[in-house]
Amino acid sequence: MNVLTDNFAAFRDGFLKTVELTAYSSLLALVLGILIAGFRVSPVPALRVFGTVWVTLLRNTPLVLLFLIVTLGLPALGLKGWDSFWLAVMALGCYTSAFICEAIRSGINTVPVGQAEAARSIGMTFTQTLSQIVLPQAARTAIPPVGSLIIALTKNSAIASGFDVMELGALQTQLNADAGYDILVIFLWIAVCYLIITLTLSGLFRLLENRLAVAR
Amino acid sequence: MKVRRTAAAVVLAMAVTATACGKEGSPDDDKTGKDAPKLSYKVNTAADVKDSPVWSKVKGKRIKIGTKADQPNLGYEDPSTGKRSGFDAEIARMIAAELGFDEQHIDWKTVPTEARETQLSSGGVDFYVGTYTINDERKKQVDFGGPYYLAGQDLLVDKDSDIKTPEDIKGKKVCSVTGSTPLKRIKEKKYGVAKAKAQQGYQLCVQDLNNGQVDAVTTDDTILKGYAAQNDGLRVLGKPFSEEPYGVGLKKGDKALRDAINDAIETNQKNGNWKKAYDATLGKSGIPAPTPPKVDRY
Amino acid sequence: MSASVLYDVPGPKARRRNRVYGVISTLALLGLIAFVIYRLDDTGQFQAGLWDDYQYANTQDRILEGLLTTLKTFALAAVLSLALGAVLAAGRLSDHRWVRWPTAVLVEFFRAMPLLIMIFLLYYAYFDTEPMWALVIGLTLYNGSVQSEIFRAGINAVPKGQSEAAYAIGMRKTQVMTRVLIPQAVRSMLPSIISQLVVTLKDTSLGFIILYEELLYVGKAFAERTPPENGVYAFIPMVIVFGSIYILLCLALSSLATWIERSTKRSRKGAPTAAPAGAATVMADPSHSADGGSRDGDARGGGPKAD
Repeated sequence: MNVLTDNFAAFRDGFLKTVELTAYSSLLALVLGILIAGFRVSPVPALRVFGTVWVTLLRNTPLVLLFLIVTLGLPALGLKGWDSFWLAVMALGCYTSAFICEAIRSGINTVPVGQAEAARSIGMTFTQTLSQIVLPQAARTAIPPVGSLIIALTKNSAIASGFDVMELGALQTQLNADAGYDILVIFLWIAVCYLIITLTLSGLFRLLENRLAVAR
Repeated sequence: MKVRRTAAAVVLAMAVTATACGKEGSPDDDKTGKDAPKLSYKVNTAADVKDSPVWSKVKGKRIKIGTKADQPNLGYEDPSTGKRSGFDAEIARMIAAELGFDEQHIDWKTVPTEARETQLSSGGVDFYVGTYTINDERKKQVDFGGPYYLAGQDLLVDKDSDIKTPEDIKGKKVCSVTGSTPLKRIKEKKYGVAKAKAQQGYQLCVQDLNNGQVDAVTTDDTILKGYAAQNDGLRVLGKPFSEEPYGVGLKKGDKALRDAINDAIETNQKNGNWKKAYDATLGKSGIPAPTPPKVDRY
Repeated sequence: MSASVLYDVPGPKARRRNRVYGVISTLALLGLIAFVIYRLDDTGQFQAGLWDDYQYANTQDRILEGLLTTLKTFALAAVLSLALGAVLAAGRLSDHRWVRWPTAVLVEFFRAMPLLIMIFLLYYAYFDTEPMWALVIGLTLYNGSVQSEIFRAGINAVPKGQSEAAYAIGMRKTQVMTRVLIPQAVRSMLPSIISQLVVTLKDTSLGFIILYEELLYVGKAFAERTPPENGVYAFIPMVIVFGSIYILLCLALSSLATWIERSTKRSRKGAPTAAPAGAATVMADPSHSADGGSRDGDARGGGPKAD
């Protein structure tokens, strides 16, 4: 009796769902994270305040609570057609964006001051300086922490199993209910699935890091 | 820093004053209590189930009863007073009285569906009354007294919904609770639902129904009746498509206690307490009391 | 922030433009907040009946009970994870390869596993009547591994000369550790340790999923039991009340981290090991992380604070 071969379809679906969930959430987290990081260093005070509040609130909110806020709150705000998968993407993406914003800000911190000064001296505006000079250089140092954040996101996506998303985490409860299998074996296979995803991710990010590395 | 510390102080002060001025009682005190007939059961002081290890252990002390807490008119705990009410709670009180325990000697414990078997076998609760369907799978792990009520899976829909029979559910969106038997059943091919949504609780399903996100909520009719009573615009179809005999769960192998519980159920069915309890709870949905099921001493 | 070098000191025209942007973005944000409040009101979330329960003594006692349960779980997990972290860090810094390797594998494994999956395993396999221990042990294993990495990084960050000097005057390894390296490392590690503790505190809410009666579970139970008003259940009020409690708790803990970070920085002024001057970077003011988290923690600890 082998858990994996007996339930191969369930494992495959769960695996793909986790990958999909991670991919969409990462995309949202990156876009929001860069945007909010831009807000936090912008010359407009209102945007800076918004950025600070966003980061402070989200970093201090338990993810489970955020899931509750999103799954209960968004339908109340009128987003009724959303199914649980997209709600989970919202929760995971927004949560991780706060951390990505901070990683990018630390990255911006490492860009030598002369770069921005030179950009300004040739007449670049704030948006130009940030998007063409500072962010591309910041990206280099920000990649390792962003990589670990995306890996953390993958692990966090297991929480979505409690909110009606049939991903890898949900397998554990589902296969338990059907009993008969050794719980440790189920756990082991799920662990392997997660390791495949996280190891692939860290490989990808290491590749990216090497590609972008320059001798300074 | 200063600002933050002041904020913390303010919050703390608020918390302290809030605790200090907490009101006693419940917001619904004036609503209930008038129309509901007072239910009380004569405590059998001569109760003796000395062959039961569970009973002997709690004799003269307090009995731990497991139940649900979020099902109005069935197994419900008032959040502001902590009082238990509902049909399951009344059945539990009847049995406790027959076993020699009055209300003051009952320790209520809220036990969710997933934890029922482990709570019973570990002694976390002495017996359990809470929409506990008797089936062979469960009989392997626990024993059942009763049944004390015969429920069935049904549908909760909008009053002017076009769903009139269980067959109309084809192609519709239905909601039930994660991992529950009703959810598993409604997913079967023959019902042909478009989507079976799994939620963390029935209230969330009912809210989805009110919001128009799903077309029906499905679970035992007893549970649905409670929500129908809470929400004016909803009704229960009243055409159950499964049989759910509710039993009293107890630790496996305690035959003496099982017999005592069966006796208690039969006594209270005969002396009219069963019907009184029904009328005061589930009966509020307007559906008259059915004939109580025959106790099955398997 | 005013010292940012990303943009020129605004002239009259830029100031005007920034003001326009400021007004527009403020209006947009206020509009968003107003919309949220309007929608919540419109969908009946502010009906008195949904909030009434919170003024009763019994309700408040329950919330307090849930809060205490959460804090107790957190305290246990914090103490145990710090202890485990110390043991694992000692293992990874050991001179013996047969100690170093297995600990490294353990640490990497527990860091790579989703915490919830581990808690599920502990809950279903070993602690199905004691969800608290499933939660505490799960939190300890995960956070202990992360803490051990923080300890290790902190100790490795102490300049090499320190341990060399200590060995030169004849100290043994234990002495070098306890007398020289750890006292110096603790200071620099403290912010990271505390921000990991914030993560631990946040993760106690995972108990909600295994039906452990901590704060969030109490909140959900309230919301379910409060009778609905016009078809609306008290979930949003619950999220608002309990969300604020969680955020305040975490904020209090993370502002402790910021405070320690600042005060240790101050006390190290003039020391040769002081961090390289932040002035040489794009954001001239390194201390403007008003969010209360520790940037060091994110950068050094590899950032997996997101759980």
